[in-house]
Amino acid sequence: MSIAFYPLAVLTLAGGLGAVLLKNTVHCALALSVAFAGLALLFLTLDAQFAGFAQILVYVGAVAILVVFAILLTKGSETPESGIFSHTWFVGLIIAAGVFAVLGWAVLQSVNALPNESAVPAITVHDIGNALVGRYVLPLEIVALLLTAATIGAVIVALHEKEGAK
Amino acid sequence: MTPLASYLLVAALLFAIGLAGALTRRNAILVLIGIELMLNAANLNLIAFWRYGPHPEALTGMMFAIFSIAVAAAEAAVGLGLVIAIYRSAHTTDLDQINRMKG
Amino acid sequence: MIQEANSFTPSVAASSITGILWLIPAIPIVASGLIALLKQPRRRLAATLSIGSLGLSLLIAFAAFAHVIAGWSQGIAVRETVNFTWLQFGASNVDLGWVLDPLSAIMALMVCFVGLLIFIYSVGYMAHDENFTRFFCFLSLFAGGMLGVVISNSLLLLFMSWEIVGLTSYLLIGFWYHKPSAAAAAKKAFLTTRVGDVFFLLGIVWLFAQTGTLLFYNNGAGSLEASSLAALLTQHAAFGLTAATAIALLIFAGAAGKSGQLPLHVWLPDAMEGPTPVSALIHAATMVAAGVYLIARVYPLMSAGVPMLNGEMSGTTTALVVVTWVGAATAVFAALIAVAQNDIKRILAYSTVSQLGYMMAGLGLGGVAVGMFHLITHAFFKALLFMGAGSVIHGCHDEQDIRRMGGLKADMPVTFVTYSIGMLALSGFPIFFSGFWSKDGILEAAHNSAFIKGPFYLLVFGALLTAFYMTRQVSYVFFGYWRGHHPAHESPKVMTIPLAILAFFAMALGLIGTSAWPWFRAFLNGHAAPFDFHGFAEPGLLALMATSTIVVFLGIGFGWSLYGNKTPTAEEPDVLEKSVPWLWKPLHDRLYVDEFYGMTVIAFYYWWARVADWLDRRVWGGIVSGIAWLFGLWAQFNRLLDINGVDGGFDKACEEISTSGGLLARVQSGRVQSYLRILAVGMVALAAILIWSSRP
Repeated sequence: MSIAFYPLAVLTLAGGLGAVLLKNTVHCALALSVAFAGLALLFLTLDAQFAGFAQILVYVGAVAILVVFAILLTKGSETPESGIFSHTWFVGLIIAAGVFAVLGWAVLQSVNALPNESAVPAITVHDIGNALVGRYVLPLEIVALLLTAATIGAVIVALHEKEGAK
Repeated sequence: MTPLASYLLVAALLFAIGLAGALTRRNAILVLIGIELMLNAANLNLIAFWRYGPHPEALTGMMFAIFSIAVAAAEAAVGLGLVIAIYRSAHTTDLDQINRMKG
Repeated sequence: MIQEANSFTPSVAASSITGILWLIPAIPIVASGLIALLKQPRRRLAATLSIGSLGLSLLIAFAAFAHVIAGWSQGIAVRETVNFTWLQFGASNVDLGWVLDPLSAIMALMVCFVGLLIFIYSVGYMAHDENFTRFFCFLSLFAGGMLGVVISNSLLLLFMSWEIVGLTSYLLIGFWYHKPSAAAAAKKAFLTTRVGDVFFLLGIVWLFAQTGTLLFYNNGAGSLEASSLAALLTQHAAFGLTAATAIALLIFAGAAGKSGQLPLHVWLPDAMEGPTPVSALIHAATMVAAGVYLIARVYPLMSAGVPMLNGEMSGTTTALVVVTWVGAATAVFAALIAVAQNDIKRILAYSTVSQLGYMMAGLGLGGVAVGMFHLITHAFFKALLFMGAGSVIHGCHDEQDIRRMGGLKADMPVTFVTYSIGMLALSGFPIFFSGFWSKDGILEAAHNSAFIKGPFYLLVFGALLTAFYMTRQVSYVFFGYWRGHHPAHESPKVMTIPLAILAFFAMALGLIGTSAWPWFRAFLNGHAAPFDFHGFAEPGLLALMATSTIVVFLGIGFGWSLYGNKTPTAEEPDVLEKSVPWLWKPLHDRLYVDEFYGMTVIAFYYWWARVADWLDRRVWGGIVSGIAWLFGLWAQFNRLLDINGVDGGFDKACEEISTSGGLLARVQSGRVQSYLRILAVGMVALAAILIWSSRP
């Protein structure tokens, strides 16, 4: 475990916190991008280079932009008058804390049972490509289909209906 | 603490933050942001287990994470499209006010 | 039956004619049924069926009579029966059957013959009536019923036919039912005879209970045969009477109703509301004779316990004494009333009542033959008189009051001659008319009776009255001058020819009952009848004949002197009314018998009816209403239970469900975040469980 883990972890967590706590929604989206970037770097520290770069490409480059566009299209930048948190925010906080408690407890309980290989996997993009079209060809095709459907769906759902014409 | 455990804790914390955001913020888009954070936390978990697991050369964890990213992207697109559509009909993204499914 | 000296040997085996004897009543009844199916305009067919059926019955009756005569001429006393079991219950049977003996043969012949003549007469009399077909239907039914009474060997079959006769009498008296007086008369006839029939039925049931059979003759086991009579004589009923006497009196009560004896005579005069052929057939010749025939038929029972000596009774029974006195009283009572009546048919009706009294007295005093001979002769001359009256009414354009008639001997000669023959026969004009011989038979028996003395004088007085009122009637109707409105005319041949035939018989029948040749008596009693002028030499007989002749001439003379050719007009009072109004009025008002009944029996009945009505409406009705009210209460209670309990409970339950549903629905807030929360909680719980369970 490299020393870069801790600052990157803090960065990611800060980004996450910012994403949920900031008042201005656009700021939230930007904090989200920071969180995504931090995660990508964490992937790199875990020797999952392909995953890290895919994370940047897809999440930072597409999803975050998408979120920003959505915020802009829904006038989310305006602050609502009744506060940014729902009036039952405390329950949600409790529940989230509960979830963290359970997960943390699970991890800490099984610390000694967790695997701990420290050998670096020698993975090349070539291997990943082979795997994609070899062993994982079916999921690949299905994901392709899924993406097509999602694209068409998103377009249709968000399509601005013309007045009086169908 | 093993490296894996610390990665897992970070992922758990990120997951809880994302969940808190999804449960407490009013804006629908922020709910989706929370969901994206949760998905990413799960991805982190997967990569961490792949790295420190018994057979990293099988690429199982990596593949899982990659596919997860792809699916999350599709889901984000559709979800945001839905939010926009709801915004158009309800003229607000305040989830407290969108309760047409009330029983 | 006790053997008499020089009587015939009895024969009991049924011959072929007895086997078909049942056809005699059956054919007219079948014809009646067929006519009932016809429509009203089919008159000729109805009349043909009716007359044809009775003609057939006449032929069979004639054949039966010939068979009995043949037996009689050979010295056999025919009494053939055909019996069969009708009902069986347990060990006892109810048998029916018919009998052919001299009594039933002669009655059947008479009923068929007189009936046939009257049927033919009716064709002319009812020609203008629109209910012609119905008339003949009822007539045929009546003929069947009467013939059933005559030939039956079982008291039960006799009673059933008796009831048919009563029913048809009701139907025929009330034939013109839209006249209220006719309907009332029919009802009165039925109810009055019903009173008699109740006692009759009691007698039948008692007889059945005592002897176990209702058959008259059944090879020694019948109820009129020696063993049953002996048993009845030993049983004792109330008032010191034997069972035999009591049953005989009960049966006589039924006969009294049907034959119009005192006090049940009130229906006969009212029955004149029916058409004249009905009066002629039913209330002169046949139905009223059924009562007399019944007494003759059960005569062994009436005379039970009295041994016969030389063909004569050596004593008398209580039953016969009662019969005699009732008959004699009726004879005089009715004759008195007849003197003061002005309706041509009513005079004849009261005359019939009086003559029936004679017949009953004859039965009581002299036995079957004496009473029956008068019945046969009376049937002919009374039918003749009624049909003559009908001819007069028809000729006078439906006028019935004798004060508006008169002088008809010139306008209606045939009717006059035949009517006079009938009147003389009824009065008992000597030698040539049958009535003389038959009435004389009764007077002789009354005079010679060693046991009952009083009736003789009553009967002689009655004969005087009979001659008187008949002369009065004939004077009013045929002599004097015409007091009506339109001139009268003679009736058509279809009506006058039967009159002539009956007139012939009214004279000729006397021959078979004279003392010189007592054929009728011999025929009925089953012994030989030689023609012997010495029959006249019986002690006191010629003196009696002279006495009755004098009485008849006295009556006719008295009547002629009062009414002769000097009958008053309709508006003037009658001669007697002027001279003895205190006598005339009660006689004219029928001696107030009807009023007496009205005050007592009928008044009581109305009172009882009112009581019953009150009971019915207040008490039983109240109870029923009360129960209904209770039910209503119960229904109300149920309703409340239903509304509040069942309904309310159900509604409440539904409300609860609705409320709880509403409560549960609050979970669905419609807000995504709450759903998410629940999901999260659920997931946490699940994870916790999994992790917990997989602890090492």
